[in-house]
Amino acid sequence: MALRWCLRGLALGRAIGSSSSRLQLQQSTNNALFSARSLPQALQWWRSRADAPLPPSSPLPLIHLPPPDESKHRGSAEGDPLTFSAFSSSVDEVEVAKFAAIADTWWDSDGPFKPLHSMNPTRLSFIRSALCRHFGRDPNCAKPLEGLKIVDVGCGGGILSEPLARMGAVVTGIDAVEKNIKIANLHAELDPVTSSIEYRCATAEKMAEEQQTFDAVISLEVIEHVSDPAGFCKSLGDLAVPDGAIVISTINRTIRSYAVTIVAAEYILGWLPKGTHQWSSFVTPEELVLIMQRASISVQEMAGFVYNPLTGEWSLSDDTSVNYVACGIKRNP
Amino acid sequence: MRSSVGSHLTNAVAAGCLSRNYGRTFCSVVEGGESSSCPKAEDKTDQGEKFERTSKAEPYDIAIVGGGMVGMAFACALSRNPMTKHLTVAIIDNNPALGFKTSFKRSEIPDPRVSTVTPATISFFRDIGAWEYVLQQRHAYFDKMQVWDYTGLGYTRYNARDVGKECLGCVVENKVLHYSLLSSFQSGAELQWALYPARLSSMTVPSPRSVSSRIMSQLEDSPSGRFVKLDLSDGNTLHARLVVGADGSKSNVREMAALKSTQRSYSQSAIICTVEHAVENDCAWQRFLPSGPIALLPVGDRFSNVVWSMRPEEASAHKSMDGDDLAKAINRAMDDGHGPQPGSGVLGGYVERISSFTSWWGPSSSAAEPFRAPPRVTAVASERMVFPLSLMHAHDYVTRRVALVGDAAHTVHPLAGQGVNMGFGDASALAKVIAEGVSVGTDLGELTLLKRYEKERKAGNATMMAILDGFQKAFAVDAGPLNLLRAAAFHGAQYIPPLKRNIISYASGDQKWPLFS
Repeated sequence: MALRWCLRGLALGRAIGSSSSRLQLQQSTNNALFSARSLPQALQWWRSRADAPLPPSSPLPLIHLPPPDESKHRGSAEGDPLTFSAFSSSVDEVEVAKFAAIADTWWDSDGPFKPLHSMNPTRLSFIRSALCRHFGRDPNCAKPLEGLKIVDVGCGGGILSEPLARMGAVVTGIDAVEKNIKIANLHAELDPVTSSIEYRCATAEKMAEEQQTFDAVISLEVIEHVSDPAGFCKSLGDLAVPDGAIVISTINRTIRSYAVTIVAAEYILGWLPKGTHQWSSFVTPEELVLIMQRASISVQEMAGFVYNPLTGEWSLSDDTSVNYVACGIKRNP
Repeated sequence: MRSSVGSHLTNAVAAGCLSRNYGRTFCSVVEGGESSSCPKAEDKTDQGEKFERTSKAEPYDIAIVGGGMVGMAFACALSRNPMTKHLTVAIIDNNPALGFKTSFKRSEIPDPRVSTVTPATISFFRDIGAWEYVLQQRHAYFDKMQVWDYTGLGYTRYNARDVGKECLGCVVENKVLHYSLLSSFQSGAELQWALYPARLSSMTVPSPRSVSSRIMSQLEDSPSGRFVKLDLSDGNTLHARLVVGADGSKSNVREMAALKSTQRSYSQSAIICTVEHAVENDCAWQRFLPSGPIALLPVGDRFSNVVWSMRPEEASAHKSMDGDDLAKAINRAMDDGHGPQPGSGVLGGYVERISSFTSWWGPSSSAAEPFRAPPRVTAVASERMVFPLSLMHAHDYVTRRVALVGDAAHTVHPLAGQGVNMGFGDASALAKVIAEGVSVGTDLGELTLLKRYEKERKAGNATMMAILDGFQKAFAVDAGPLNLLRAAAFHGAQYIPPLKRNIISYASGDQKWPLFS
């Protein structure tokens, strides 16, 4: 009970509440992985009561989105990011709106995406070593990912897709926000090496429905923004060929991650706009492994990213208490 | 992979013959204004298509402006690193020696332009495969060094055995260093490069505006709108992702990239010449005179190199002096004149007696070594050259898509022989940073990547420059208390082994910071 009180106290810091329950773990009887059985139930209870109203000084513009209507199609059949009504999707419209608002600043390395830019080399070195190990490539050459088909799910402005293309991969980038795809296309066209990247405004579910498969599926810092993480992860698994690699990175749900990514990054240092992250939607490593297992992905490697405030540099470590990444192999179900 | 890169580059600038053999041959030098004679390029040219020089050219990964020692060392370092050896490189320098057309002529008398390379630089040269070429030419290792001043109050003798090494450095003519780097580069593996024998006339660096606003203002007249555009004096235009300015102290690249620098000229010029001795010289000698230091460096074959800093009018006077007079002046400066020889007697003997108690400080064979007079100069063997001395440091070594290495970023007083070694350190560090960037697919001109190079080099370079400047100032003043202070410093360095070891390893480039390393 004290636990619930603590969690409710922490909820006072939230700017925008999310209304739907996120992890459908109550139905699962295989909770052996969780050390505290009451934790997910407490979380469910808390979330269902925590529709906090928007504070008056929200910096994000309030975009009034029409609710997704199951029966109507709006706009063009393909490109409209808000009408994924024909198929179930894990897209959360509020999250989409958040990112659409700051899409112009993707490639501004001092803007709201500065933490992603500064974390990028570290993420890439993990991906490079994991994929080289998985596909038996030589990590000591300039283009170790030559010929691999990779999909970057939630590519945003292409921060990850472009380096992957430079490393020789055939990259497809998908994102739910149309504006992001436009920005990514414009930026990639500027350099002949990256102009081969194919960007599409689509979701993982849509790509999976189209039976597209890739050697590696990479989705970094996305799963904490979707409304149905388990379904999203299943779609990621569907996108991978058998024995393909899936790399997911996200933020752990710990007291430390709250202090660092919400209090410090959003409120104190102002690195990210307030409301970028919801602590309740962070995923712990155990939950992530479980979700991935349900999607027939067996997790092979996991590592944490730590930030050293003195040197301003990110590095890989065993500490997964804030940012972490997991790499798994798609098994035949 | 090779063929795809090759066909990509077929559409390169003008007759931009890039080596697609990846072997020893390079295609050719890009002639100004004409399709150059490279049959292989013409075979692969998109049949019949005449590519224009200026538009839609595949950008080079790196354009090195300046093919001198530091520029070529950087190119060699790129070609030896497995990550960077597949990059495309353009070298812009109108020095005909870079055309690889003439073989090296060993001259009887050593050229007066020499450099002292530190052990750290020697190991860098070994890594890039250039040291073996140096060993085939004239070079002079030295393992002893003696420093004193005109007051005769103190001296310091350094010996390589103090730090357990074989040599303190090696004196090599600049043209030998350059030729070795060129040989190593040419025989190096797979780097695709083109030489542009021209000067840089202008450079346009893209401004850091956000993507969408740039599109809206329609600045994109070519796909390479995001790269640096270099216009050369012979009419060629090329684009590059990263421009490396290795073009010396009056760097065009630094000016065109609007990188500010602080410059102060010492009111001194250095006169250099090669002199002959009757005996072999195996020690480096430096004496600080009131008007400036004079250094005598062994070059091999009983020749030595003299670097004498003095006031500009005196320098021109010495330049036009008669050969014998100049030899006498040098001997006076090194030994006879200006003041007495430091006496080694009292303190040296005392130290020898207590050395059994102080042996815990570690070995120091040179603490007990007495002062020796430098070998006399018998004749001046070469022409004399005079050049002005100044101190320059760029505030920033990098900006978007531009990086400076070597003298373009910093120039120092020659009194400790560190200038070109700092430049080689820059080249090595930049090559390493670029390799790290390539390993994670970073865009080479990205500022965050280049800032890592700056962070690694700038602070260390600035510290070394401050120390050298301090020395220059300390020895320029003739005042009683300061003279005694300097004498105390000499004694300290001579008789305190840990301090001596520290000084040696800092000057050898084995230690990044002067203290507490």
